[in-house]
Amino acid sequence: MTAMLETKNLGISFGGLKAVDGLSLKIEKGRLYGLIGPNGAGKTTAFNLLTGVYKPTMGNFFLDGEKLTGHNTIEINKKGIARTFQNIRLFKQLSVLDNVKAGLHNGHKYSTAEGILRMPAFFRTEKEMDKRAIELLEVFDLAGEKDYLASNLPYGKQRKLEIARALATSPKLLLLDEPAAGMNPNETQELMDTIRFVRDNFDMTILLIEHDMRLVSGICEEITVLNFGTVLAQGETSKVLKDPEVVKAYLGD
Amino acid sequence: MKNLNNMNKSTKKNMVTYGIVLAMFIFCVVYTTTGMASHLFRGLLVPVCVNVILAISLNLTVGILGELSLGHAGFMCVGAFVGSVFSMAAEETITSVWIRFPLAFLVGGASAAVIGLLVGVPVLRLRGDYLAIVTLAFGEIIKNIVNNIYLATDVNGIHFAIGVESYNNITFDAATKRVYINGAMGITETPNDSNYFVGFALIFITLIVILNLVHSRTGRAIMAIRDNRIAAESVGINITKYKLIAFVISAFFAGVAGVLYGHNLSSLVATKFDYNYSILILVFVVLGGIGSMRGSIIAAVILTALPELLRGLSDYRMLMYAIILIVMMLVNNNETLQMYTQKWFGGLNIKKLFTAAGSKKKGVS
Repeated sequence: MTAMLETKNLGISFGGLKAVDGLSLKIEKGRLYGLIGPNGAGKTTAFNLLTGVYKPTMGNFFLDGEKLTGHNTIEINKKGIARTFQNIRLFKQLSVLDNVKAGLHNGHKYSTAEGILRMPAFFRTEKEMDKRAIELLEVFDLAGEKDYLASNLPYGKQRKLEIARALATSPKLLLLDEPAAGMNPNETQELMDTIRFVRDNFDMTILLIEHDMRLVSGICEEITVLNFGTVLAQGETSKVLKDPEVVKAYLGD
Repeated sequence: MKNLNNMNKSTKKNMVTYGIVLAMFIFCVVYTTTGMASHLFRGLLVPVCVNVILAISLNLTVGILGELSLGHAGFMCVGAFVGSVFSMAAEETITSVWIRFPLAFLVGGASAAVIGLLVGVPVLRLRGDYLAIVTLAFGEIIKNIVNNIYLATDVNGIHFAIGVESYNNITFDAATKRVYINGAMGITETPNDSNYFVGFALIFITLIVILNLVHSRTGRAIMAIRDNRIAAESVGINITKYKLIAFVISAFFAGVAGVLYGHNLSSLVATKFDYNYSILILVFVVLGGIGSMRGSIIAAVILTALPELLRGLSDYRMLMYAIILIVMMLVNNNETLQMYTQKWFGGLNIKKLFTAAGSKKKGVS
C-alpha cells in the first residue's frame, strides 16, 4: 500500500541555513500524524514546502504516489493538500459563510459571465455551495454565526473556521499548523474531538504541528520530531516522547 | 414583508443602492420636464453620470480588489477617443443612433478593456504604493500618446501619425480629407448623442454588472485575494486571473464613461484626462467609503455638483471646495458627532435605514 504522503529527503536551504534538512516521512491514509519540535526547528517551513509556498532545494514529496515537487500552491491544493496557518489567515472582511464558500471555489464552478448575467448555473451552483458550506460549518458548530464577519469571531472559532475552509477544498491530506495555539484547555479538548471527528467522517489524513503535548499525545498516532531542520526521532507517539534525545531537545541537558 | 425579511442582507443593500439611483433619475426627469431646471443643472447631468460610472468602476479596483490605481482617467481617455472616432466614422453608414451609440459604447469599452489587460499583466505583479505609482505613470503615458495622435482619411485611405512632424509630411488629397484626431486639438466633430437618459441607463448597467460580479463566485475570489493573498492561494484561487478580471472590468467601464463623456462635448482633448482627473475619481471612492458602491455614487454626485454650485464665490471657489472636503471627512469619522446624531435623530433610525448592521438585525433571529 502506498502512503498518502511520502517525503524523501526533503529539504530547503536559505543561503547557508538549512531550514529543513533531509526530512523523510511516510503517512498512511487515515492517519493522524504529528510534527513536533522546539521553536525554529523548521516545522512550518516543512509545511510551506508541502504546500508549494517554497520550492524544495533537495528531495521530493509524493501525495498518494504522485510526485508534487515543484508544483505551485494552487496546483498542490487542487491535487489535494489543504492547510491552516499558524497566524490565522482568514478572509476578514468576508462573512463566515463566504470564507467557506471561497474554499469551495474550485469544487463548484460557474463562469464569471454566468455570475454577472445571473444565469441558471449561478443559482444552482450557489445553492449547492450554500448547502455544502453550511454542512461544514455545522461540523464546527459555526452555522449560527454564518453571517458574522470572520474578523468578529472569537479566536477559537476563527481557528475552527480556518479548518472548515481548508476542508471545503475537499483535500486528501489536511495540514494543521498549531491548531490549538491560544486555546484554553476546554477549547483544546473540544478541538481534539473535532479533529478526530474530521478524520473519521471525512476520511481524512491529517498532519499537524503542535506544541501542546496533551493534544499531541492525545490524538497523534505517530509523530516526527524535528530539531534544527533534521529528524530527531520518528515513530509511535508514546515511544518517541520517552526518547531521551527528544526530552533533551525540549528541556535541555 | 416576510419575503423581504428573508432576503439576503447583501441583496437588500443592493436594492437600496438601485433605489437611490432610480430616485435620482425620477427627480431629474421631473425637474427638467417641469421646466424648473436651470441651464446649469441641465449641463451638469451628463458629467454627473460620467463621474458616477467612473467612481463605481474604480471602486471595483480600489474597494473590492484592494489595489490602489491612479490611472483610471487613462482608460477613460482610450474609451472616449475610440468611441468618438467610431461614431464619426460610422455616422454615415449606421444612421440610426439607437444602433450606433450602443456600438460606440461597446467599442470604446472594449478598447479600454484591452489596454487595461495590456497594462494589467505587468502592473498587477506589484502591490500597494508601487502599483499606484506605475498605474499613475501608465495613465500619463496613455494621455501623452493620445495627445500626439493624428488620424485622418482621404480618398487614398487612412493616414495615421504620431507627432506633428510626421503628420505634416503626409500629403493629403485636399478635397476628400477628413480629420478625425488632430493631435493636441483632439476631436471636434463627435456627434452630441449623450444625454442623461443614456447616462442613467449606463449607471444602472454598470451597477448591475459590478454588484452581480461582487456577489458571485468571481467576486468572492477577488475579495478573498484582497483580504489575504496567501490564504486565497492556499484554497486554490488563481491570484493573477482574478486580479486581471477585476482590473479589466474596471477599465471597461472607465472606457464606457469616456464614450459618454466624449459624446457630450463638442471638443475632446486628451489633456483633460490627466492625473488630476484620476485623483478626483479616487476622491469620490475614498470619500464615499472604500468598497461602498452607494457611497461612491453619492460622493460623485455631490463633488461634481459642488464646484458649480460654489461658482458664486468666484476666486474662493476651490478654497471652499477643499474646506468642504476636509469637513466631510472629519465629520464622517467623528465618533462624538456620530453619537450626537444617534441621540438627536435616533428615533428616525437613519443609521438603520442606511447601514448593513441595521438591516441585518431584522433578518437574523
